[in-house]
Amino acid sequence: MPLDSTFTGQSFKSVGTRPLRPDGIDKVTGRAKYGADHNVAGQLVGRILRSPHAHAKIRSIDTSKAEKLAGVKAVITAADLPDLTNGDSGMFDILDNCMARTKVFYDGHAVAAVAAIDAHTAKAALKLIKVDYEILPHVTEVDEAVKPKAPILHKNCFTEGVEPKPTKPSNIAKVTEFGHGDVEAGFAEADFIVERNFKTEQTHQGYIEPHACVASVSPDGTGELWVCTQGHFVYRNHCAMLLGMDVSKLRVTSSEIGGGFGGKTHVWAEPVALALSRKANRPVKLVMTREEVFRASGPTSATSIDVKIGIKKDGTITAGSAELRYASGPYLSMWAELGAMTSFACYDLKNVKTRGYEVLVNRPKSAAYRAPSAPMAAFAVESVVDELAKKIGKDPLEVRIQNAAKQGTKSSYGPVYGPIGIGATLEAAKKHPHMSAPLGPNQGRGYACGFWFNFGGQTCTDINVGQDGTVTLTVGTVDVGGSRASLALCVAEELGIPYNQVKAIVADTSSLGHNDMTDGSRGTFSSSMAGIFAARNAVAILKERAAKMWEIPVDDVSWEDGHAKAVGEKYGNLAPLSLKDIAAAAANTGGPIAGHAEIVADGAGVSFATHICDVEVDPETGRSVIKRYTVIQDAGKAVHPTYVEGQYQGGAAQGIGWALNEEYIYGKDGRLQNAGFLDYRIPVCSDLPMIDTQILEIPNPNHPYGVRGVGETSIVPPIATIANAMSNAFGVRMTHVPMSPPRVLKALEAAAKS
Amino acid sequence: MAVLVSTTINGDAVEFACEPDETLLDVLRNRLGLTGSKEGCATGDCGACSVEVDGRLICSCLMLGVEAEDREIETVEGMADGATLHPLQTKFIEHAALQCGVCTPGFLVAAKALLAKNPDPSEEEIRFGLAGNLCRCTGYDKIVRAVQDAAKEMRGA
Repeated sequence: MPLDSTFTGQSFKSVGTRPLRPDGIDKVTGRAKYGADHNVAGQLVGRILRSPHAHAKIRSIDTSKAEKLAGVKAVITAADLPDLTNGDSGMFDILDNCMARTKVFYDGHAVAAVAAIDAHTAKAALKLIKVDYEILPHVTEVDEAVKPKAPILHKNCFTEGVEPKPTKPSNIAKVTEFGHGDVEAGFAEADFIVERNFKTEQTHQGYIEPHACVASVSPDGTGELWVCTQGHFVYRNHCAMLLGMDVSKLRVTSSEIGGGFGGKTHVWAEPVALALSRKANRPVKLVMTREEVFRASGPTSATSIDVKIGIKKDGTITAGSAELRYASGPYLSMWAELGAMTSFACYDLKNVKTRGYEVLVNRPKSAAYRAPSAPMAAFAVESVVDELAKKIGKDPLEVRIQNAAKQGTKSSYGPVYGPIGIGATLEAAKKHPHMSAPLGPNQGRGYACGFWFNFGGQTCTDINVGQDGTVTLTVGTVDVGGSRASLALCVAEELGIPYNQVKAIVADTSSLGHNDMTDGSRGTFSSSMAGIFAARNAVAILKERAAKMWEIPVDDVSWEDGHAKAVGEKYGNLAPLSLKDIAAAAANTGGPIAGHAEIVADGAGVSFATHICDVEVDPETGRSVIKRYTVIQDAGKAVHPTYVEGQYQGGAAQGIGWALNEEYIYGKDGRLQNAGFLDYRIPVCSDLPMIDTQILEIPNPNHPYGVRGVGETSIVPPIATIANAMSNAFGVRMTHVPMSPPRVLKALEAAAKS
Repeated sequence: MAVLVSTTINGDAVEFACEPDETLLDVLRNRLGLTGSKEGCATGDCGACSVEVDGRLICSCLMLGVEAEDREIETVEGMADGATLHPLQTKFIEHAALQCGVCTPGFLVAAKALLAKNPDPSEEEIRFGLAGNLCRCTGYDKIVRAVQDAAKEMRGA
């Protein structure tokens, strides 16, 4: 029973309500401590020297002058971070990315670092480090990097996943393939086929808080790391391995996190800060500048995607195929693979085939960005589905409903779906008032669907009952947007006590067992499951204690509404004992009362959404304005509906920025030209309308309360939704994102000529 | 050479010494322990460091610490009256106008400055009034609603 994750279908008292978040006052008064808000006695200031070149050999690094500067306490290079990865190529790539070893692979790649008594001295010291580079030809564009004559980043990169194994190195690190059926036979059955190439430019998660940490390593091999991260346990494992420390001796505390969206799942500066601290024997604070965040953290991939879909006149999609090239930065990743898996996941297809190409380029190492890789693939597929619907003269929404995946569908990436929400979101869209609202001149309406897997993973959670009967819920998943409230709601529900009686905290790595990151929309899904299990274990103990207090067999005790009750007429005179009553007596009935759960949270239910958007395009300037936006998404069960709405709105806003404005711009010299918020423009308040949301609840059968992850899916449909709306506004299919004014103007001019 | 500066922060007389090239934000955060104001960009683009100087909304990353001499500075730490939150603070929590919360201090200071000038702003006026502050989590919907609600309460409507 305690570890049974089956959906119970119970009615709720706490779950589904909208209480105030427990960290609210700290965050509106400035008390909450983020990465850069922490200081320790004796700390030094760390700074990193970065490559100005996109691709170069490091001939030598002379740090002698910097070391002699008064106030400099440590200077490090790759020599201070020796390779301890023992053949683990993924970890070696992380090491090489943290501090370049023999070559630099992008503008911004770290080559050395200093720790000094203040920022002035640290900056001056960086200028005294002399790096002798041999500049190499570079390639930053994904379609250029796959050409046979492209500059090769790694001479030992022979494409994985193809037979026979290539004999020549290339920038295609890996190829993955998914699908079923016979796509050629499917295309032969089609009445219409559309085949197109789509491009998306590289974007950044754009979290407002730059990466920041305070590292402290002692000569006895112990260490402390304060850091803004989505996963302090994973940071601990990675840092310990790279530094040669014992995992248990490195205590990592996650600060409040000022946004992550996948970008804080990866170590960059933290191993450097620890190495500086170890060398200087002093704590080191290392905070990235915004320019460093853009140049040298982990933006998402630029992509080039070829899609081909066939359809019958009756609306049946007969086959779909896609070749997806995702820029990975200089190291192997799985971003094209995720694109290949997600591209057709919304549909029930007899014949489907996708191939993903992980392409190495001289740009920063790509990291996860909210439903990583799915938005670009959805842009390509959903654009073509829209176009095909028009070709056969059918409503694009009806075509989607006709072909939507359902329970029992074999998904394009393999598994067979359980109960899912794609059909329900499409039907809800059809009925939504937004669909019948009038459009003005130069306006178009579009819609698109999106899918995300969601993830569960390793989770460890504690519940401790205080002597007054209040409950501490200790979790190890970082709270990125209100999860402490939703987790406290679930535990209050399970214990049958009020929300205000539960205080949720995020523990450091020495206080709890391992927890995976808050990624894959897993925070509330997995920690609520572990929290519910821990609560059930605590209830078992509470019942034992009540039995002791009453001196009756524990089998005669039940737990209802936060009270132990003696079951049976013979106990008619025993008044129920509240959690508070039992807690007060704990010292005499066996001591502290706690519940623990250590699980791999399997069964994260997949998530689907349908978005509707009205866009207005100025034909003179090419500027687009979003006039109205609606998000419809399946939450499984919305634990705290206000924060679920917030996730829907936030993802949509990021998608709008991606669709209309945001892009990394590299010069011919391979240098990033817009490493700041002025030139990399994310949406501001005056750019957006209100974003309407509709929460659907199709319970996840694998979670006791039916919860699915809700954080990521909302960024998947917007690019395609807006592209489809634009196509309806002025009759031109946009195939290159962002659909910025110059691109829109060019498309309008091309359409006018034809 | 450090310069000695006398100023008023959140109603308190404050003296500090700072280098001539230190920003007001550096001084607030690193010398005075007022870390409620955040550095998101250091170029005046994100508004996370918003403070009021003599009643005027500014990015504290764009003002030097030495320029604070004889000024009246208000930061997010001065918004609440003891245990009583400012209506904007209350409404931000009630409306879930914050997710990660790192932009929140800047938004609160900017919204307070906006409502001081215009107690009854339209949605559009709120959106343009807050366009100097970046939020990446919320899509601004709940922020705008919180400001509307706070404005209504402050007007006694």
